[in-house]
Amino acid sequence: MAKTYSEINTKIAAGTVVVVTAEEMIGLVEADGADKAAERVDVVTTGTFGPMCSSGAFLNFGHSKPRMKVSKAWLNDVNAYAGLAAVDLFIGATELPETDPENTPHPGEFRYGGGHVIGDLVAGRDVRFRASAYGTDCYPRQELDTWLNIRDLNECVLCNFRNAYQNYNVAVNAHADRDIYTYMGVLKKGLANANYCSAGQLSPLLNDPYYRTIGIGTRIWLGGGEGYVFWPGTQHNPTVPRGENGVPKAGAGTLAVIGDLKQMDPRWIVGVSLLGYGVSLNVGIGVPIPILDAEMARFTAVKDSEITAQIIDYSKNYPYCEGAPLGAIDYASLRSGSIEINGKPVPTGSLSSYPRAQEIAADLKDRIATGKFFLGEPSQLLPSADSGQSFKMLVERPVG
Amino acid sequence: MAERKVVFHYPSRLLETPIVSTLVRDFNLGFNILRANVTPGAEGLVVLGLEGSPEDLDRGLAWVEAQGVSVQPLNKDVIRVDEKCTECGACLTLCPTAALWRDPATQRVEFDADKCIACEICVPACPPRAMQVSF
Repeated sequence: MAKTYSEINTKIAAGTVVVVTAEEMIGLVEADGADKAAERVDVVTTGTFGPMCSSGAFLNFGHSKPRMKVSKAWLNDVNAYAGLAAVDLFIGATELPETDPENTPHPGEFRYGGGHVIGDLVAGRDVRFRASAYGTDCYPRQELDTWLNIRDLNECVLCNFRNAYQNYNVAVNAHADRDIYTYMGVLKKGLANANYCSAGQLSPLLNDPYYRTIGIGTRIWLGGGEGYVFWPGTQHNPTVPRGENGVPKAGAGTLAVIGDLKQMDPRWIVGVSLLGYGVSLNVGIGVPIPILDAEMARFTAVKDSEITAQIIDYSKNYPYCEGAPLGAIDYASLRSGSIEINGKPVPTGSLSSYPRAQEIAADLKDRIATGKFFLGEPSQLLPSADSGQSFKMLVERPVG
Repeated sequence: MAERKVVFHYPSRLLETPIVSTLVRDFNLGFNILRANVTPGAEGLVVLGLEGSPEDLDRGLAWVEAQGVSVQPLNKDVIRVDEKCTECGACLTLCPTAALWRDPATQRVEFDADKCIACEICVPACPPRAMQVSF
């Protein structure tokens, strides 16, 4: 019999909810079958922790005396976008200081940027705030140089437009004589390593492949606090090829997520530097999946060996949009430490932390089991495989 | 007598060249192999403790470099700042001695400091910069 969100929330309030992690669900469904598991289990928790470049934060720092309509702003010398009223800013995860040497010499180290500013705010560290303005009759002030601390901000909201990718590429470098430096890490020449970036069987969207329970209003574990899914993420691409289990064979769905940074923990919001590429923000996300019926039990029992990713050459396929993937490989093989490409053993590394994903799924499980976290029923589900929505490349047109 | 710890990085074309025996015969140096990792067709890596007079050590190491072997002095440590490490695994395939490795059973990323040769490749490649040089 199907369960409802409100029935599950009533059980959470009563302390009778049965909640397991997506790892634990695998064994339950293997042992008892999806029907029995669906009767027994109410919620499956997921988790993922990795670099999520399309992240950022809105902050409102309050009005100075005299007032100022900030038009240019820097947080620890990193540009923040100020084209929003007078005292609101948006700081993007991949923004760099104007003084950063970037990729000169190559590969650049990218020691500090927007992701680190957000990490410093969450950690409660003071951030230097410089701003300039042209001045108006109602906002006369033109210069500002002070310190901000998250506790003094009116609002500080993490607002990430594309997180928690449902599956991702496995990156390699087929170039014969040049190592490359990418957002997927350092890739050694001649297919000498392969990097992946997904929590696989613990990843939120891989446990609900058709987004039957994840949508606008889904309450999530975000950076150690609570947040929400507020929209499909940008580049949400539900119509990619899928396996018989419904799992996309390449990057597909994405989430736009929002939450109060003041609740979050610096362990789960971490600025990162990607050699030769730039800066980003590691974000921890956990999504609870209600086991409404046997189909959801089956979906949440997906395991690494049943999820495959495409092997993409980041010296050619990816940057130049040329050629075909070098093959496909499952996450159990990727996690074993070595895969085979063109008959050659290739050691594997990753950008996404599996131990941290386990920790998130376990923490969310504990919060639900102890009545501290309730499910949010989505107002609207995300566009699914039948939506016809797909990712479009840019079509360039001649100008002038 | 002086002792120096060094790391030799061999390009694959020199794997057959008798580097260490030449150091003994022609430069009067004693040696103690602390670690060796030579894969046919790929790079070789040998960590050595060399003994001899300071002049012989200088001459010998200059000769080794002239053969095309990169010589790295081993006089500092790389440490992992555990609070910063997120155990992602971006370092795993870059570490030449597998001092950084993943336990397949737990998926935890481990660091064996005694296997580390302080080549520092992991330092800028670590996204949260948990690997740091300690002098």
